[in-house]
Amino acid sequence: MRSLFDTHRNPKLAWVGIVLVAATLLVLPFVLASAGTFWVRITNQAILYCFLALGLNIVVGFAGLLDLGYIAFYAVGAYVYALLASPHFNLHLPFWIILPMGAAVACLFGVLLGAPTLKLRGDYLAIVTLGFGEIIRIFLNNLSQPVNITNGPQGLYLIDPFRIGSFNFAHRETILGLDFTGPIKYYYFFLAALIAVIVLNMRLQDSRIGRAWEAIREDETAARAMGINTRNIKLLAFAMGASFGGIAGGMFAATQQFISPESFILVESVMVLAMVVLGGMGNIWGVVLGAVLLSFVPEILRFTVEPVQKALFGRMLLEPEVIRMLLFGLALVLMMLFRPAGILPSALRKRELEVART
Amino acid sequence: MSQLALLAAKGIDKRFGGVQALSDVDFTINHGEIYGLIGPNGAGKTSLFNVLTGIYVPDGGEFIFDGEPLQRLKPNDVAARGIARTFQNIRLFANLSALENVMIGRHVRTRAGVWGAISRNAGTRAEEAAIHRRAYELLEYVGVEKRAHSLAKHLAYGDQRRLEIARALATEPKLLALDEPAAGMNATETSSLKSLLAEIRRDGTTILLIEHDMKLVMSVCDRVLVLDYGKKIAEGTASAVQNDPKVIAAYLGGEVTLNLKGTS
Repeated sequence: MRSLFDTHRNPKLAWVGIVLVAATLLVLPFVLASAGTFWVRITNQAILYCFLALGLNIVVGFAGLLDLGYIAFYAVGAYVYALLASPHFNLHLPFWIILPMGAAVACLFGVLLGAPTLKLRGDYLAIVTLGFGEIIRIFLNNLSQPVNITNGPQGLYLIDPFRIGSFNFAHRETILGLDFTGPIKYYYFFLAALIAVIVLNMRLQDSRIGRAWEAIREDETAARAMGINTRNIKLLAFAMGASFGGIAGGMFAATQQFISPESFILVESVMVLAMVVLGGMGNIWGVVLGAVLLSFVPEILRFTVEPVQKALFGRMLLEPEVIRMLLFGLALVLMMLFRPAGILPSALRKRELEVART
Repeated sequence: MSQLALLAAKGIDKRFGGVQALSDVDFTINHGEIYGLIGPNGAGKTSLFNVLTGIYVPDGGEFIFDGEPLQRLKPNDVAARGIARTFQNIRLFANLSALENVMIGRHVRTRAGVWGAISRNAGTRAEEAAIHRRAYELLEYVGVEKRAHSLAKHLAYGDQRRLEIARALATEPKLLALDEPAAGMNATETSSLKSLLAEIRRDGTTILLIEHDMKLVMSVCDRVLVLDYGKKIAEGTASAVQNDPKVIAAYLGGEVTLNLKGTS
C-alpha cells in the first residue's frame, strides 16, 4: 500500500496511486449524494474536523503542549464570520475577507492564551486551557447584555453562505449536466482548502520552526540551551494552531448558517483531541485519519445500531447515542493498550529511518 | 592579558536557601585553552555551569564574555552569544534522529521563519540544504555519522555523549562547556574523547570541561580550577594543582577525616 505513494522509489506507481486517490475524492460527493445529501454534509463536517485536528496537532503533537480548550478558537472563528456576515449587525462582508479575519482574531486569542501559560506544562497547562475554553463559551452565552453582541444562547442565524459574484455556494444548480447541491459545492472548496492545509503542515513540520517545536516537546531545557527562544516558538505554535481553528470556524458558520454557544462545548475539544491521539500525535496523515474515522463512525452507527438490534432482539435495547459513547470509550481504551502511539504512529517514521539506515 | 581572556568570572555567588552553592568564585578562561573544572561531588561545578549558561541567576558577581557582560541573559541568549553546553545527565531530543538533533543546534545561527517554511523560497531551500550539510559534517566530525538516521535514544551511551557535543558545536560556540563528557565511558571511549577534545581546540573552540576522570583532566587541560564547597581552592596548571596540599586534602579527605573525628 505504501509503495503506491512512494514517489522516490517507484515514481510511476506512485503517480497511479495519486491519480486514483484524486479521482476517488472528485467523484466521492456524487456517490455519497446518491445515498443522501446528508452524507455529503457529514463529509464536509469531517473535513472541518480534519482542519481542527491538524491545527491542534501543531500545539499538542508538534510542540507537546496539552490544550484542552482548543474548540474556543473554532468558536472565535465562527463568531467572527457570523457577526460580519449576518443580519445581526446587518453586515454582509464577503467570505474571502472574513475567513482571514477570523484566522487573525483566533490567532490573537491563541497568543492571549499562550502568553500567561508559557511556564506551565502537562497537567497544569491542560487545566488552564480547559478553563480558557469554558470562559470563551460562557462569554458567548452572556454577551447579549447590556449590548447585544453575540445574541446569547439563541445564537446567530441567517448567516451568509459563501458567495463569489453571483455564484452562491448554498444554491443548487446544474453545471455541465451534473447536479451540484450546496453541500457538494462546499465539499470541493473544503477539499481544496484541506489539501492546502496539509501541504502547509507538512512544510512547517519539516522546517527550522517545526524542528524547534519538536525540540521543545522533547526537552525544553536542552532546547533553550541550544539557543531556541522557547517563549516565541511556543507562542507561534499556539498562534498557528489557533488560526487553523479560526478558519475552520468561519467555514462551519457559513455551512450551518446558524451557530450558538452549544456547538462549542468542552466535549468538542475532547473530541478533537481524541482525533489527534487516536490517529497518531505528530503524524499529519494519522491525524487526518483519526479525524475522518471519528467523524464517520458515529454517523454510521446512528444508522446501523437500530436495524441490527431489531434484527437480533426484535426491539431497541440501547439508544444509538449510548452505544456510540460506549464503543468510543472502548476504542480509546483498546488503542491505549495496543497502539499507544496512535493508528499511524511514528512507526511509519521508524520504518523510514530503518530504510535510510540499510 | 585582557585580550587573551574569553571569559572572566568575578565574584560569582549563588545560594539555594541556606546552602551557599558558590561563593565569590573568580576565574578567567583564555582564548583557545582547555580549562578544567574539578572538585569533589557537590563542590558546585554544575551550579557554576548553570549560572554561566543562564539557567540560574547568580546572587552576586558577573561574567564578562568576549568583552561584554552576560548579566541576566536567558539560556537561549547565552547560546546566541556563543556559549554552548552539554549536560551531566545526557539531554538529547530522544525521539528525533541523530541528524535532526544536530540540525536543531543550527537553529540559533539560521533565520527561516514561518513564511520561509510555508513558501519554501529559494533562500529557505538553500538554508535548509546548508543546515543539512553542516549537521552531517558535524556527525562525521564526532564520529557518529553511521547512526545519522537512528533515533537519539537508540544510540550507544558513548555515541550519545558525542552526539551531544556535535549538537553543541552546531551552535558555533566560542566556548564549549562540557559537563562530565567521559562519565560512564570505558578506557577506549575516553581516549578517543580525548583526541576529539584536542581536535575541537585545534579548530579554534575554547573548552570548559567539568570532569571526574583525573587522568583525562590532567592530560588535556591547560589550566584547572578546583572548587570545594562552592569556593575556589586552587587554580593553575594541571601539575601545579595536582601537588597543591589543599586540593589533595579536598580529594583524599585528609582534613575532612580529621574533622569527622573531631565532631563524632
